[in-house]
Amino acid sequence: MTPKDDKPDSVTPEHLFLNRRTFIRAGLLGSTAIATGAAYRFLNPLRPSVTAVPSQTDTATTARPSDFSTTESPNSLDDITNYNNFYEFSTSKTGVAANSRGFVTRPWTVEVGGLVGSPKTFSIDELLGFEQEERIYRLRCVEAWSMAIPWTGFSLKTLLDAVQPLENAKYVAFQSFYDPAKMQSSYAAGIDFPYVEGLRLDEAMHPLTILATGLYGKPMPNPNGAPIRLVVPWKYGFKSIKSIAKITLTDKEPPTTWNLFAPEEYGFYSNVNPTVDHPRWSQATERRIGELGRRDTLMFNGYGDQVAHLYDGMDLKANF
Amino acid sequence: MNDVNFNKLLISANALLPLAFLAYDGSRGNLGANPIEFFLRTTGVLTLSFVVFTLSVSPLRKIFGWNGLIKYRRMLGLFAFFYGCVHLTTYSVFDKSLDVPAIIADVIQRPFIAVGMTALLIMLPLAVTSTNGMVKRLGGKRWSRLHKLTYVVAVLGVIHFWMIVKSDVFYPAVFALVVAVLLGYRLLDKFRPKATLAKKTVPAKS
Repeated sequence: MTPKDDKPDSVTPEHLFLNRRTFIRAGLLGSTAIATGAAYRFLNPLRPSVTAVPSQTDTATTARPSDFSTTESPNSLDDITNYNNFYEFSTSKTGVAANSRGFVTRPWTVEVGGLVGSPKTFSIDELLGFEQEERIYRLRCVEAWSMAIPWTGFSLKTLLDAVQPLENAKYVAFQSFYDPAKMQSSYAAGIDFPYVEGLRLDEAMHPLTILATGLYGKPMPNPNGAPIRLVVPWKYGFKSIKSIAKITLTDKEPPTTWNLFAPEEYGFYSNVNPTVDHPRWSQATERRIGELGRRDTLMFNGYGDQVAHLYDGMDLKANF
Repeated sequence: MNDVNFNKLLISANALLPLAFLAYDGSRGNLGANPIEFFLRTTGVLTLSFVVFTLSVSPLRKIFGWNGLIKYRRMLGLFAFFYGCVHLTTYSVFDKSLDVPAIIADVIQRPFIAVGMTALLIMLPLAVTSTNGMVKRLGGKRWSRLHKLTYVVAVLGVIHFWMIVKSDVFYPAVFALVVAVLLGYRLLDKFRPKATLAKKTVPAKS
């Protein structure tokens, strides 16, 4: 079938031969295009929105509005639940929603202990029993993108007061739930699990710091850290640990996951600070999800009036 | 249309297909919550992919004797340059709003951007000297020495990709491995005894 014998005396008449050649070429063009297209789709799958998946903590929350909320219009539920950093499930922000779909968050307990007067393991129902507020907060990721998210939850202080921190408690350590059998991506994530985070006690007791149990008035979706996660709006998003299993009060600065992975890139404080760049990229601006351009990043993510005093006299470049 | 021209059409169609997919998904709002980041990453990966395809031509010719592939190498290289330009344009327009001082500051301060920019700048003279006329003007030897810069582009491209990843280095590692194999083959080939090379080239010329 090579196009060598297209001479007049060839067995195949020329017009038939040309037809066949055209046919083969069309087939080649079509089949390679299908193969290329399939490869593209395999590497960049269309992600169906998974916001409709019911959460296990389906207690309707009637959250009371809060003065701490921003007036900025929040991102869509679709964006909030389909663009997530949750490395236990996937290192692809668009892949977390699908991989976390089957994650069961009920029953669920949070063990609160360490340097406290009355350590206690709370069930998720007990935690949902605390009075819930709506807090529309800006969230600034260390990767220089941001969202506004209408969380529902309660202040961490409420929980800590309930267990009575001891005099010598200076820090609060958090640990995520971790089950490698359910969180398959975690082997390739590069960071160690379970994910751990920490706050200074005064940061933890600050009224802006909440334990969020939901968003948009619905129970917390799996990709956002169901059933309960921390939200510290003036720090980079990775400080706001997801799917909390354990809270321990300590007298020493607790280890934190990203700091353990790359201490020169991620500090213990990790306050949003446009003047202290990540070693590999600028933190001066951010892309608000849903917007095309970039906005300036605000000091303490715009919460400076409330939290700047926590760091009086501290060198924020050294304590990044 | 002769076969070479048809094959060029075939390569072009497949090379532009990812861009068509990007445009189609983008028009339907299917690039995810951060479409610009997605577009940037995808065009970056496409650039590196075409650099790899370009560097695969010589080993494939030598190992399998597919000498005809040389006719398509220039085209593959130009597609790498094309996607590199789309990548840079996306960054300049959507990440930097065409703010030239900000871009310059970024290049100076961000090693990963400096590395990527250097790679693209190196590709520029290679694209310019890709015409037959330029090959003649430079002379084959000098031309091929200049175009060995493609190796540098590949290495810088992998470093650029690796540096932006936070902790999961799977994809950059895949590209690093492929580039290492392609460049390693050339190194081995260079130090192979000349005699066997000569023997192989003689019958090929007849």
